[in-house]
Amino acid sequence: MNKKERVERAERAKGKKAALGEDIAIENFTAGKEHEEHEPLNSLDEFPEKYQQDLLNAGIEPSEKGRSGSFLQRDCSVVFSAAKFPGLEIKSTTDALKEHDWLNEYFWRAVPVDADKYTAELELDEDQEQTNGYFIRSEAGKKVTMPVQSCLFITTEKIGQKVHNIVIAEEGSELHIITGCSVAHAVNSALHLGVSEFFVKRGAKITFTMIHNWSRGVEVRPRSAVVIEDDGTFISNYILMTPVKSLQMYPTAYCVGRNARATFQTVIYAHGDARIDSGSRAVLQGAGSRAEIISRVIATENAKVVARSDVVGEGENAKGHIECQGLMLSDTAEVESIPELKATRRDLVLSHEAAVGKIAEEEIQYLMARGLSEEEATSVIIRGFLNVDITGLPEALARETKKMFEMSLEKVV
Amino acid sequence: MLEIKNLTVQVGCREILRDLSLNIERGEVHVLFGPNGCGKTTLLMTLLGFPNYKVTRGSVRLKGVEITTLPTNERVRLGLGMSFQHPPEIRGVKLGEMVNIALGRKEGEIDAEVVGLARRLNISVAFLNRDVNLGFSGGEVKRSEILQLLAQSPDFIMFDEPDSGVDIENIELIGEVMSELLDRNKMPSRREKAGLIITHSGSIMRHLNADRAHVMLDGRIACSGMPDEITRNVMANGFERCVELCKTGRENKEGLE
Repeated sequence: MNKKERVERAERAKGKKAALGEDIAIENFTAGKEHEEHEPLNSLDEFPEKYQQDLLNAGIEPSEKGRSGSFLQRDCSVVFSAAKFPGLEIKSTTDALKEHDWLNEYFWRAVPVDADKYTAELELDEDQEQTNGYFIRSEAGKKVTMPVQSCLFITTEKIGQKVHNIVIAEEGSELHIITGCSVAHAVNSALHLGVSEFFVKRGAKITFTMIHNWSRGVEVRPRSAVVIEDDGTFISNYILMTPVKSLQMYPTAYCVGRNARATFQTVIYAHGDARIDSGSRAVLQGAGSRAEIISRVIATENAKVVARSDVVGEGENAKGHIECQGLMLSDTAEVESIPELKATRRDLVLSHEAAVGKIAEEEIQYLMARGLSEEEATSVIIRGFLNVDITGLPEALARETKKMFEMSLEKVV
Repeated sequence: MLEIKNLTVQVGCREILRDLSLNIERGEVHVLFGPNGCGKTTLLMTLLGFPNYKVTRGSVRLKGVEITTLPTNERVRLGLGMSFQHPPEIRGVKLGEMVNIALGRKEGEIDAEVVGLARRLNISVAFLNRDVNLGFSGGEVKRSEILQLLAQSPDFIMFDEPDSGVDIENIELIGEVMSELLDRNKMPSRREKAGLIITHSGSIMRHLNADRAHVMLDGRIACSGMPDEITRNVMANGFERCVELCKTGRENKEGLE
């Protein structure tokens, strides 16, 4: 698809409301060009002091210690990007496009440009060079075991932050990404539109751990998809523990190659009046491809959560499993769990288990019989409920993810 | 140690325990037999203070302290402990974490102390990292329960069928650790702990000495005696016969009055 076609398709989808989630008037948020550019930084710890804690909360290490590369976008300006590992490339998508002619081929290859008005907006915006986002690529055979960190940060009231991220793990390479999205305390209202397209080449691996650290006034519409080739692995860990106004996303992994594998693990703690519609989908096209979708959702106060999951089996001997658990902590909250399975041939193994309920009285009593008060027992159960064993990460990263998870947990339990 | 006086307990609208009285002194271990549904587990749950078990009459004192209305954790703080027959599965809460909770620690690290306790019950580090009771076999549940008690070290311990579903090799091990928990290896005058054991099969009795045995029937203690005698009677004649004997005994007594 050439640029002209893309723009045409986007133009046609400009008014197309998303199939899911409350409709957002994009025009109510200001575009990047109406704001001054933020100055580039020489290092991440030059980022204003008052925002340092927000970086930490989103899993970003300002000292860049233990990271093979870093990327920071503030509102619509990329203020920092650096790769410390040979064979790793990390920069703004806009800059990467200027450098690599071939990159155009990857645009809108996983996510349709005319999916809805948000994707269309990004394409039409890119035309005016307002959109950035990150481009991360590991060269063939390069195993970048130390994580790459990227952060998308909002500091300006009423801004519409738009990003188009492209991540490519070339053949036999390995890439571990920690992404944090965060917002300054002073911001009462903002919009984040993010398209992310991942390409896992033959025998490559990407793990993607994303912490959303938004606030009560932020509306979020990520549009993500992954293409996994032969023997490729993609693991996504998504953590949302802080409030958000509304979030709707339904990332899709296309396991196109033989033995391609996708795992989605989602942990959501929904507060206040949040409206969350979050799902994961895997399309198993390759022979022997596999997917596992695990989600844990806690709803408190007046939060409403729709937890979706969908596995489509098309390839020979494909296997998919969905495990979806919801915990209700309030009578005015709502959790709707919608697991879907679609089989199109005989030799598939697709399964799901889903449950939504309150904390079992029996579990509280059991813990009290070991000496805990009712309150302590409840907190132990909630922590346990959200404690998804994160698999597939290098040991140090797994430890760190656990630490990040504990940190976000401490704020709620 | 434990004094139960005229205890009547309701679960829902049903009266399960009726006017039950039982005294267990410091250093003593009592065994409770009885058919399914006679109220044995109800008694233990009531002693733990679980909210579904409503005490309508009577009282319970532990170490001289009236505990009838205390919440479970305060009874535990006073020295009460329990090995559950069917403990709930708790997703994401590891057995190692339960051991730490029983040790009264805030941190959940599986350290040398936890590993050392687990080794006593042939429990591996890998097993300590499993979600508690999730997919445990019958025997694993018992060992996990007794491991938690070993960490908790209560003064008065209740065991709800510690021998059901346990193979021969492990029953010996469980008997050994239970004996230690209940100070059975000490001289009678040095025994500080006390306990109440519910058993269906009586098989644990081959590995543990008790001081007294009771047969429970329809929410009451129907007869009491020496453990050997009662065990033999129950094992040879079954509850039915033992119950009958108890009934005739009571009728004779009533007839005399």
